[in-house]
Amino acid sequence: MLDPAQPVHAARLKTVRHAYGKRVALNDVTLDIPAGRMIGFIGPDGVGKSTLLSLIAGARVIQTGDVEVLGGDMRSSSHRSHVCPAIAYMPQGLGKNLYPTLSVFENADFFGSLFGQGREERQRRIHSLLKLTGLSGFEDRPAGKLSGGMKQKLGLCCALLHDPDLLILDEPTTGVDPLSRRQFWHLIDSIRRERPNISVMVATAYMEEAARFEWLVALDSGKVLATGTPADLLAKTGASTLDEAFIALMPDQDHQKHRPPPSPALSFDDTDFAIEADGLTMRFGNFTAVDNASFRIHRGEIFGFLGSNGCGKTTTMKMLTGLLPASSGTARLFGKPVDPRDMEIRRRVGYMSQAFSLYTELTVRQNLELHARLFRLAPSAIPARILELARRFQLLDVMEALPDALPLGIRQRLSLAVALVHSPEILILDEPTSGVDPIARDQLWELLIELSRKEKVTIFISTHFMNEAERCDRISLMHAGHVLVTDTPAAIRESRNAATLEDAFIGYLEDEIGAQAQDEAEVTLEAPAQQLSPADARRRRLFDPRRVWSFSRRETLELRRDPIRATLALVGSVILMFVIGYGINMDVEALTFAVLDRDNTSTSRDYVADISGSRYFIEQPPIQDYADLDRRMREGSLSLAVEIPPGFAERIARGSNVEVGAWIDGAMPQRAETIRGYVQGMHASWTARQARALYGDAAAASFAIETRFRYNPGIESLIAMVPAVIPLLLLLIPAILAALSVVREKELGSIINFYVTPVTRLEFLLGKQAPYLALGVANAVLLWLFAVFVFQVPFTGSLPTFALAAVLYVAFSTAFGLLVSSFLSSQIAAIFGTTMMTIIPATQFSGMMDPVSSLQGFGAWIGAIYPTTYFNIISRGTFSKALTFDDVGGALLPLLIAGPLLIAIAARLLKKQAR
Amino acid sequence: MRFGTIFHLGVKELRGLLREPALIAFILYAFTIAVYTEAKAVPETLNNAPIAIVDEDNSPLSRRIADSFLPPYFKPPIMISTAEMDARMDAGTDTFALDIPPNFQSDLIAGKAPVIQLNVDATRMTQAFSGSGYIQNIVATEVGEFGATDAAGAGSGVGLTLRARFNPELNQMWFASVMNVITNVTMLSIILTGTALIREREHGTVEHLLVMPLTPFEIMAAKVWSMGLVVLVTTFLSLIVVVQGLLQVPIEGSLALFMAGAAVHLLATSAMGIALATIAGTMPQFGLLLMLVLLPLQILSGATTPRESMPEIIQTIMLAAPNTHFILLAQAILYRGAGLSVVWPQFVWLAAIALIFFVFSLRSFRRSLV
Repeated sequence: MLDPAQPVHAARLKTVRHAYGKRVALNDVTLDIPAGRMIGFIGPDGVGKSTLLSLIAGARVIQTGDVEVLGGDMRSSSHRSHVCPAIAYMPQGLGKNLYPTLSVFENADFFGSLFGQGREERQRRIHSLLKLTGLSGFEDRPAGKLSGGMKQKLGLCCALLHDPDLLILDEPTTGVDPLSRRQFWHLIDSIRRERPNISVMVATAYMEEAARFEWLVALDSGKVLATGTPADLLAKTGASTLDEAFIALMPDQDHQKHRPPPSPALSFDDTDFAIEADGLTMRFGNFTAVDNASFRIHRGEIFGFLGSNGCGKTTTMKMLTGLLPASSGTARLFGKPVDPRDMEIRRRVGYMSQAFSLYTELTVRQNLELHARLFRLAPSAIPARILELARRFQLLDVMEALPDALPLGIRQRLSLAVALVHSPEILILDEPTSGVDPIARDQLWELLIELSRKEKVTIFISTHFMNEAERCDRISLMHAGHVLVTDTPAAIRESRNAATLEDAFIGYLEDEIGAQAQDEAEVTLEAPAQQLSPADARRRRLFDPRRVWSFSRRETLELRRDPIRATLALVGSVILMFVIGYGINMDVEALTFAVLDRDNTSTSRDYVADISGSRYFIEQPPIQDYADLDRRMREGSLSLAVEIPPGFAERIARGSNVEVGAWIDGAMPQRAETIRGYVQGMHASWTARQARALYGDAAAASFAIETRFRYNPGIESLIAMVPAVIPLLLLLIPAILAALSVVREKELGSIINFYVTPVTRLEFLLGKQAPYLALGVANAVLLWLFAVFVFQVPFTGSLPTFALAAVLYVAFSTAFGLLVSSFLSSQIAAIFGTTMMTIIPATQFSGMMDPVSSLQGFGAWIGAIYPTTYFNIISRGTFSKALTFDDVGGALLPLLIAGPLLIAIAARLLKKQAR
Repeated sequence: MRFGTIFHLGVKELRGLLREPALIAFILYAFTIAVYTEAKAVPETLNNAPIAIVDEDNSPLSRRIADSFLPPYFKPPIMISTAEMDARMDAGTDTFALDIPPNFQSDLIAGKAPVIQLNVDATRMTQAFSGSGYIQNIVATEVGEFGATDAAGAGSGVGLTLRARFNPELNQMWFASVMNVITNVTMLSIILTGTALIREREHGTVEHLLVMPLTPFEIMAAKVWSMGLVVLVTTFLSLIVVVQGLLQVPIEGSLALFMAGAAVHLLATSAMGIALATIAGTMPQFGLLLMLVLLPLQILSGATTPRESMPEIIQTIMLAAPNTHFILLAQAILYRGAGLSVVWPQFVWLAAIALIFFVFSLRSFRRSLV
C-alpha cells in the first residue's frame, strides 16, 4: 500500500491529448476516475481506450495534458517509479506480455521477482494465485502452448502477484471462449471481495460484460461521451440494454439508424455442398489437434464454428485452405479434394486468419491494391473495386494510414475487405470479430448475410460471440479437437433445455471437461484471504541486484529453451575459428607462371629452372607470343610471365647488358608484392651465382642482412592468425545475441514489462547482459582450448592476463550489442547494424591484418578507439610474445573502460516508455 | 507463374524497405562511407610500417641507411638503443627493428663482410613479408651507392625489368575498394532476402500469401528481384560515384559485363538468403547462421587472401560459394579488362549455384512454415 488513506481518485486526467502522427487518439480528455471501484471503458475500437489505459499505466509518454495517478503526476519519473509497484497493467492481446517459451510457473516467478519479493513469499503467492485461477495443474506448461483463456488467466495471475492498488486490464476477455470468460470475471469478483480497496479499470468490447461494472466511461472518437453507473446510462438514454444505450449516445447519424440485422431465412439444396470434411485429423507429434472432424456445408450457408481457444478451429480451417496437409481424412471444396497446388480453387476462396496478417509496411490502399493484383483482377477494374470495398467497410478515411496505426477493429475490417477483394465463393473467416465493437460487428454481419443470401457465398466462420452464433444457419461446437455437436442454434438450445445458446454451450463444455470445471468453480469461491495479504516489503531502490538477477534468469531460461540458438552460439565460434584459421594463409604459394623463352639455350633454361624449382611457383606451358601472353594474363591463368630475350646466353658470356622481362598480375596487389619479392630474390641469387661462375668468389656480396622472424620463426599463418581471430569471434556472436535479445522484446511486445515494472534501465540492461557475458566467457574458454590443443598454437605468456582481458572484452562486446539495441527497434536492423558495426572495424581497423599504427585517416581513428585493437595486442602478446601482466597492462585499461561506458550510454538512450 | 504477380509482390517488398529508414541508412552507409574509408585506410601494401633502428655504428653510412626509410612505405624511423628494442617489439610498437653493428662501415670497407640484423614481428604477416624484402633492397641500394663495394658493378650485367600489369603501382586501394563493394553486395543480398522472409513468417503474412493463387516460386522470385534490384542499383552507383569518382580507381573492363555478373551473383546470394531463412526458425537463429556463413564467404573467397594459398580442401569447398566465382569474375573484368569469352565459366558457375539454392529453398519453403 502506498498510503494508509486511499485517495479519492484512482486517476485524474486533465485536457489529455494524444496523437500518433496525424491521427488523434485522444482529444482533450478530462476525466476523474474514482478509486476503489470497478470501472469499465466502453466504446468502439479506435476511440482511444487503449491509449488512455496505457497513459494511466505509465507505459506511454504523455504528449499534452496532465495525468495524475494515485495522487501524483505521471510525467514525473520519480512518481512513476514510486507508484508502478502499485499498478498492474495487462496490455491488449492474448498473452502479449508473457514469455511463450517459459512455463506458467516461470512466467509468474519472473514477475514476482521483479517486484522484489523473496523466494518463499513468491512461491506461496504464485501457488495460491495459480490455484485461484485454476492453473494449478499446468505449472510446467509453456505459456505459448496455453489456450487464450488460460493465457489471460496467467496474465492476470502475474498482474496480481504484487498486490496492486490499481489493476488495468485492456480487453482481457477478447478472443476468449465463454466458459473461460465467465471464469475470468468470477476471478475478478473474488479478488475484489478479498481486497475491496482495489481499483479495477477494464476496457471491453463486450457490452454484456459492461453491465457488471460499477462505473462506466463511454468513449467515442477520442472524446468522453458519458460517465456514470450502468443504470445512469440506461436512464439517461431511455434504452433497455447497454448496447442500445451506447448507440443512442453516439452523435453519429449513421449509427443512430442502426438496426440489428435480421435472422436469415433457410432453404438449402441438400446435394449442393461447398465444403465437405470427412474424418479430418491433424496430429503434431503425439498431440492430436483435430480428431476425426466431419461436416458438410451447403453452398450459400453460414456455418459457425464455436469452441474454446486452442480447440482445433484454426487447424481445421488451415486444413481446408490447404495450408496444412491433413494427417488423415479428406477435405473437399466444390467437390474437389483440397490441393495446395490448385490455383483455380484458391481464387474461389477467401481466407482471413486469426492474427492480423496483412502488411504493416503498406498503407490500407496499398494492401487492397496488392491483393487485388495478386488475385489477378483486371487492372482497369481495381480502382472501382477498392472504392466499393472501402465504402462498404468504412475505410475511406484511413486509406493512406498504415495498419499499425489503426485500432484492432478497423484492422479486422481491412482484413475482411482483403479477403473479399476477389469476390470469392467461399469465405473462411477465423474469428473475424474478435476485438470488434458491437456496431462494427453488426455491420459486418449485415455484409455477411448479404453475401450469403444474395451472392450465394458460403461462409465458414469461427467466433466466440453467442449472438453471432445465433445468426448462423448451423453451428458446430468444438472442444479439444472433437466436434461435440453440429446443428441449428435453436436445436442446440433445445437439446440442452437451456435459456441461451451460451448456457447450452457451457453445458456441453462442462459435460466434456467433467468434474474438473466444478472443482475450479469451488476453488474460485473459497480463496483464502490471508494469502492475498499485501506485500510487506515493497522497497524502492535505485539499484536492486535481485531484479537484475530475475532478468538474467529469465533470459537464460529462454536461451535454454532455444537449443538451436544456444548451440550455435557456443560452437559457432569454434567452427568459424577452424574456417578462418585454416583459410587465411599469408604464405603465397602455388603461383602459376610461364615463360616466353626467345633464347632457348641451356643458360636461359637454367634461369627458368630456378623459378620452377622453387616451391612458390608452378610452371605452365610456355608462352607462344605476346598475344598469348596477353590473353593468358587477362584470363588470370598466369600470375607471372617471364620473357627471356634472344641472345641471352651469348650476351652474358660477352659480358654485355641484357634485360629479362617479367610481368606480374597486379589485380591483387598484396600477392603481386610477394611475387615481386620472390622474383627479385631469385634473380639476385641467380645473377650472383653466374657472377661467381664467371669471376670467382671475389664477386660475392661484401655484407649480409640476417633476418630474424621473431615470435613466429616459421612464419606460419596459423600462429599469426589464431590469436587475432579470437578477438574477432568474441565480438561478433556475443554482440549480435545481446542486441537481438532486447530488440526482439521490442518487436514482439514483451518490452511492455520493462515499461510498467519498477525495473530501472540499468537493471534491465545488466540483467540482459549477464547470460550473454557468461556465454561469451564460455566461448573464450573453448576458443583458447582449441587454439592451444587443436591448432597447437603455443601459448607463451600469462594466462591470467589473457583470461582477465577476455572477460573484460566480452563485457564490451555484449555492451556493444545492447547499445545497438537501445536505438534500433526491428530485428532486421539490429542484425544488420551489429554486423556492419562489428565485422568491418574488427577485421580492418583493429590490427588483425594490418597494424593499427599503419592505418591513416578515419580508419586509424577507429582503430585507436575500438577495443578490439587492445584485445588483439593482449591476445597476440600472451600467445606469441610471452608477455605478462606488466607488459600489456596498459592495453587492459581501454577494455576496462569500454564495457561500463557503453552500458551507461545504452542506459541513457533506452526508452522507459512507449511513444 | 505470372510475371505480373511477381512484379507486384516485389513492389510490395520495395515499399516495405522504404518504411525502414534505419535499413536504408545502413545500405547507403555500406556502399558509400564504408567503401571509401576502408579503401582509404590502407592505400599501399606496405604503408607506414613502423621501423626502429639501433645504430651502433653511427658512421656516415649507417646514418645514410637510417635516412633512406621514407614515407609512405615506412614511418620515420625511431632511433633506439639495443635495450629498448625488445620491449618495443613486445608491445607491438614496431614491426621492424634494424640493428646496425658497431664498425659496420669500416668492416665493410675492410671487406670483413659485416652482418646487419633485421628483426621482424612475424605475427604481422601482411607487413612482415613484403616489408623485409623492401628493407633488404633499400639497405643493399644504400650500401651499393656508398661505393664501398667494387664488385657490385662487376655483376653479370643481367637486369630484371619488373612490371606489374593491370595495377602498375600495386595500389592496394584499387583492390580494396572493389573487394569491399563485392563483400557488401553479398552481405546485403543475403540479409535483405533472408530477413524479409523470416519477418513474413513471424508476422504470419506468408500464410496469407499461400492461400492466394500464388506459388512459392512466385513469392521467392519476388523477393529476389526486388532486393536484388536494390543492391544492384546501389552497387552501380557505388562503383561510379565512390570507386571511380572519389577514389579515382580506373576500371579497365566493361562495366556492363560486370553488372551482368553482379546480377547473376545476386540471384545466387539472395537464393542463399532464402535458403538460410527456411533453415532458421527465428530471427536470432538467422542472425547466428548469418555469421557462420558470411565470415567464411568473405574470408575464404579470395577477397582477403589469395585463393591459391589456401589448403586444397578449402579451395574445393569454396567452389560452392558464389563469392569465389564472383571475385574471380570481378578481378578479370574490372582489372584485366577480360571479356565474356574469358569469364563465361564464372557465369555458368554462378547460375548453377543460384539454381541449386533456389530448388533447395522451394522444397523446404512449405515445410518451414508449419
